[in-house]
Amino acid sequence: MRPRSTSRAVYELLSSMRFAISLLTVLGIASIIGTVVKQNEPYNNYLSQFGPFWFPVFEKLGLYSVYNSFWFLTILGFLVLSTSACIIRQTRPMFKDMRSFREHARETSLASFAHHARIPLLQPRAEARDALLAYLQRAGFAVRCNERDKSVLLAAKQGSLTRVGYFLAHGAIVLICVGGLLDGNLPLKLRMALGGKQVTSGNQLIADIGPQSRLGLDNWSFRGNVFIPEGKSANTAVVNVQDGILLQDLPFTVSLRKFHLEHYESGMPKRFASDIVLTDPATGQSIEKTIEVNKPFEFAGVMMYQASFEDGGSRMRMLAHDLRPGHGSSAMPLEAAVGDSLKLSSQGLDHSIELGSFRAFNIENMASDAPEGDGGTLTRLEKHLGSGARSSTRKDMQNVGPSIQFKLRDSAGQAREYQNFMQPILQDGAWYLLTGMRDSPSAPFRFMRIPMDGDGRPDSWFEIRSVLLDTSRHAELARRFTATALPASAAAEVRGRLEETTRRTLELFALGGFDGLGKFIESTIPAGERDKAADVFIKILEGCAWEAWNLARSAAGAPAPTPSPTHARLLRDTLNATNDSLHYGAPVYFQLTGFDEVRATVLQVTRSPGKPIVYLGSLLLVLGVFAMLYIRERRLFVLLKDSGEALVAFTSNRKSMDADESFQHHRDAIAALLTPPVSP
Amino acid sequence: MDIAHKDSTSLLRRLNPGDALFALALIGGALFALRQYGGFMDIYDKAILLLTVPALAAVGVVWKPFRLFLAASAGLAVCSLSLYGGDLARAEQAFFLKYLISSQTAIMWMSALFFIATGAYLLGLAARSDFAEATGTALTWCAVTMGTTGLFVRWYESYLIGADVGHIPISNLYEVFVLFSLITGLLYLYYEGVYATRRMGAFVLTVISAAVAFLLWYTFSREAHEIQPLIPALQSYWMKVHVPANFIGYGAFALAAMIGVADLLVRHNILVSRLPAARVLEDVMYKAIAIGFAFFTIATILGALWAAEAWGTYWQWDPKETWAFIVWLNYATWLHIRLTKGLRGALLSWWAVIGLLVTAFAFVGVNMFLSGLHSYGSL
Repeated sequence: MRPRSTSRAVYELLSSMRFAISLLTVLGIASIIGTVVKQNEPYNNYLSQFGPFWFPVFEKLGLYSVYNSFWFLTILGFLVLSTSACIIRQTRPMFKDMRSFREHARETSLASFAHHARIPLLQPRAEARDALLAYLQRAGFAVRCNERDKSVLLAAKQGSLTRVGYFLAHGAIVLICVGGLLDGNLPLKLRMALGGKQVTSGNQLIADIGPQSRLGLDNWSFRGNVFIPEGKSANTAVVNVQDGILLQDLPFTVSLRKFHLEHYESGMPKRFASDIVLTDPATGQSIEKTIEVNKPFEFAGVMMYQASFEDGGSRMRMLAHDLRPGHGSSAMPLEAAVGDSLKLSSQGLDHSIELGSFRAFNIENMASDAPEGDGGTLTRLEKHLGSGARSSTRKDMQNVGPSIQFKLRDSAGQAREYQNFMQPILQDGAWYLLTGMRDSPSAPFRFMRIPMDGDGRPDSWFEIRSVLLDTSRHAELARRFTATALPASAAAEVRGRLEETTRRTLELFALGGFDGLGKFIESTIPAGERDKAADVFIKILEGCAWEAWNLARSAAGAPAPTPSPTHARLLRDTLNATNDSLHYGAPVYFQLTGFDEVRATVLQVTRSPGKPIVYLGSLLLVLGVFAMLYIRERRLFVLLKDSGEALVAFTSNRKSMDADESFQHHRDAIAALLTPPVSP
Repeated sequence: MDIAHKDSTSLLRRLNPGDALFALALIGGALFALRQYGGFMDIYDKAILLLTVPALAAVGVVWKPFRLFLAASAGLAVCSLSLYGGDLARAEQAFFLKYLISSQTAIMWMSALFFIATGAYLLGLAARSDFAEATGTALTWCAVTMGTTGLFVRWYESYLIGADVGHIPISNLYEVFVLFSLITGLLYLYYEGVYATRRMGAFVLTVISAAVAFLLWYTFSREAHEIQPLIPALQSYWMKVHVPANFIGYGAFALAAMIGVADLLVRHNILVSRLPAARVLEDVMYKAIAIGFAFFTIATILGALWAAEAWGTYWQWDPKETWAFIVWLNYATWLHIRLTKGLRGALLSWWAVIGLLVTAFAFVGVNMFLSGLHSYGSL
């Protein structure tokens, strides 16, 4: 008998309320873990987050994919078991209870109900019974009469359907869990374990991936992504599994005609849509369809969703401007596609450029940050009255044009990241080409502003800069500057000193920019005269820049520039940008001159056999919850005794104020029925 | 105490000409909206609009004051719309728009009225003043009316910004905080009427005031009140059913927690003479959690259906989803303990109060501390 009693005990534990409540609590706490640790990230992220010691420990615990982990599924399994056991345990007594009117209840047991009352019965029994029967039926009760020796019991009940609610709600939990399991990655795990499938790193070409990493058309539960550039097609999906991938063959070919990317004026995304063509390889028939976010499409049993979009290998046309001193201001055309890595080995360079991402437009807030006058609380309140459309901070959203982001890696493997805009941007009244640089991906870009010349080109800057930084031309610049700065009558000694100072200034600037000059001033000039000295140095630099421009123009056969405020501004900007370029960290500036954008869409494709089960479960759950909470089961017993007394007893499946009120209401009504007002 | 018996017979008996009028007005309003704005709706939007009619009519039948409230809100909104006359700039020019019934102004009025109502209820509790409490009730009605008007008008304004921008104003944290305040206020007013006691007002209005305080901070320091267009994932008719259902849940849970606080005070012999009996408080708390749980269940399921359409899977353990699940588990356990184990007393009240913390984390905390797909209102 022992094993039987043990299994009985297990069954009783599983089906007990205590166990169910503990399980719900454990499930709740377990769920929290997965919201604290970001789920399903690349393993490298975890490695850098937790370090080499904890990484494998957490991996074993399944913390990177909590909701698919063995222990979490076990808890869910127990929930299914417990709920099922509970249903099985309750079924018989509940159905019995639902059907039963308890019309054989004894007077003593009725009198022990919390809600009972004794009422004088002034009518004949049969008459009273008929009146009561009518009353109870009108009040929505099902009634059964039990004639007894010297009394009759009317046993009435209503709201038994609340018990059905119990079965619906609890059965729904089981259905939802089972359906969810079918759609989770358990089927995939089983397939991998039993079918000998192995994940692959995903570094090789799709065509090179062998059958051991491919899932066939017979797979009835999967979730993968298909990447398709515009004008290309695909018939396999990539399924991400832990730290690798599997390929899922699709029963059709999907090709992308065009990817639509629309934005609101504020730059917020407005619409992602893929015009696709689906071709059935068996029949050769194809259909066209547009898939959008919130508008998926099902084909051949596979649901397709607009998941995201990427660059599909847009072609960039660029001019590589050599920034190294002494290399002139030549520019070399270059063409590459996003995603490419290009080796630069000409003219002593040993770098590679990796084209990262291209953006066809960038919407920026170009309003100046000047704070508006704060006029106190009332003004502030007033600013927030009116329509919800008005912005109380000024905004000026503008498209500043395309940009390319890339990495430049030197021979030592060190990479810096750059972001170059294609179109000049108006800032503080002048036009600049912006190029940003950062040393680490988490840092913000620091921008260098390349001034545009009168022709709307950056060329003047490159030309002036290349002369200014070329030490072999410093002597010439110094001579020319001195010639213009000093009157012809100046003594040769003075002339020589200024020339020497100018040469030295240029040298310091070429080496260390304004910083270098600053340090020189600090180390050689007394504190009181530094500001004046700095002014002198700036004047010298501006003069030299002017001369450098003259030189560059005459070398190109162009007329000499004429002094003007615009040109003065250009020279100042040129010096600033030249100074910044010393910290630019790249030997080349890549000017983006043109592009052919190619977009790619990422479609999520799924087969989820559990979905109808889960949906059915959800429907039952709602019905069940409402039935359980809002259908009140009530039983009303009226024992009419020949002795001239009626016993009213009332019970509800729940103790609540409604039940109290309901009892009082019925008691009073029945009392009025049984003791009619005495006619005068 | 007059507690409604929800027997089918008595419900029908309580129908009166006002109900018929209300139903007719609802039908008229829905048809007008269809005719006027049908071009902006797809078939599902239209179905939702039409189903709103019986739903609101049912609420009006069960809870008579709701009819006047909805009529007043709709009336004010229509006034506002006609003052606008299709020109957004009128918000700055027309006096009544600028200072009364443009969306932002109406919401500011709602905020102010909720604060004053809270003060009135607190005063009523402290000074045992029936008048102060009656004032609190009146002010709360005014607050929900202004807030509802504000949301209606905001809906209209969003279309004035641009036909592609327009959407129902329940799409970001700012808008749902207004919705939360409104729903909690309305739920409270319902229970106040049903249980014929104003003594719970001070507690419930306190949590509404906290929400409103957050709303004001969000407006003034983050400019969150600006109408923003919808990102593609949110462009769906599902929003119209998922979000309100969710906030009936959140609102009811918040209300239950505050009733729990009152209940705990009574159990510790504090304010016993001024608060309703523990058995009444317990009953309100149960009713609120029951309705909250039922609607939260619906909301979570609707959310899953929407997720299946937008993200390609009905459940992916996104932090918001997971926390919704935790909230659901929490109240499921609460109901099991009360209904099946028949437990009563302080434990359930404590649980309801802590439940509000869990709910608040699911509502706001997830957006602040955890990242995921569902972060439409980051702080």
